[in-house]
Amino acid sequence: MAERMNVNPTRMMLTSLKKRLKTATRGHKLLKDKRDELMKEFLEMARENGRLRQEVEKRMEQVHKSFSVASAVMSEEVMEESLMFPKQGVILDVQNKNIMSVDVPVFSFTTTAEDPTNIFPYGFARTSGELDNAVSSLSDLFPMLLDLAAKEKETALIAAELEKTRRRVNALEYVMIPQLQLTIRYIQMKLDENERGNQTRLMKVKDMMLEQAIEEKRQKDEEAMANFVG
Amino acid sequence: MYKIGVIGDRDSVLGFKALGLEVFPVHNEEEAKHTLRELADNEYAIIYIVEDLAVALEKEIDKYKDSRLPAIIPIPGKDGASGRGMDSVKKSVERAVGADILFGGDN
Repeated sequence: MAERMNVNPTRMMLTSLKKRLKTATRGHKLLKDKRDELMKEFLEMARENGRLRQEVEKRMEQVHKSFSVASAVMSEEVMEESLMFPKQGVILDVQNKNIMSVDVPVFSFTTTAEDPTNIFPYGFARTSGELDNAVSSLSDLFPMLLDLAAKEKETALIAAELEKTRRRVNALEYVMIPQLQLTIRYIQMKLDENERGNQTRLMKVKDMMLEQAIEEKRQKDEEAMANFVG
Repeated sequence: MYKIGVIGDRDSVLGFKALGLEVFPVHNEEEAKHTLRELADNEYAIIYIVEDLAVALEKEIDKYKDSRLPAIIPIPGKDGASGRGMDSVKKSVERAVGADILFGGDN
């Protein structure tokens, strides 16, 4: 239950509180809209993210399998030697995308291979075909991995923003706005009460003044009567 | 200019080396933690980390969860997917919605 704010019940306070209530209500409505829109985006994104991850995990398993077969038929040293000096490098470029005022990164990459069809950093003489398979399928998988990274980060960032927005909406809806309303009602009642008090006091004073006037008048009359009789 | 790092046990990450990514084989959690911190501070935009290490370093990873970069992404190691990567997606959903409404919520 919201508590009334500890303020002086004055007309000025009433005006400022009413202004605050108006702002809070408008803010609440806007944030609620933002929350709904974010939620829509987010659910779509999370679903996509889940699908992509499943796919990547499945293919990753395949890649690891090929690698373990390759390492079974080749000696450890040869394997390591073969992979040690990559032919290509990967340059990552990060751009920004704005989703509902959340900055999310967008990744794009370029490879620096001289010959994109030949990514194998080793001669074929000493290595097994399994290794070729493993490397090429991993290389095929790479754009997906990158996509996964972007999606996952996006999802996490939107989730954080959504949580924040949800909290704000709730705080406004269940704390701020009821509190303001309660305080405004309290001040209004207090002011009305003062008004009534004032009214009665004035009526009472008027009554007293009237009575006094009547009394004075009667005394004057009596004096005049006495003089007249005397 | 940003870089991509891969952290994990030697067998799981060796393949990425051939792609031209920067690979950091580690032997234990302590080492992984150290490496992770180093990479996060050094212009690495994406850090792939093997799942079982990701579980062990969850606290460390959560620190970077709300910042734009780096994206720390768990990937299955040579022993296959443990479901931990999926958990991080589930956790995001839980965080945003309050309950896991997308992926069955079986745990």
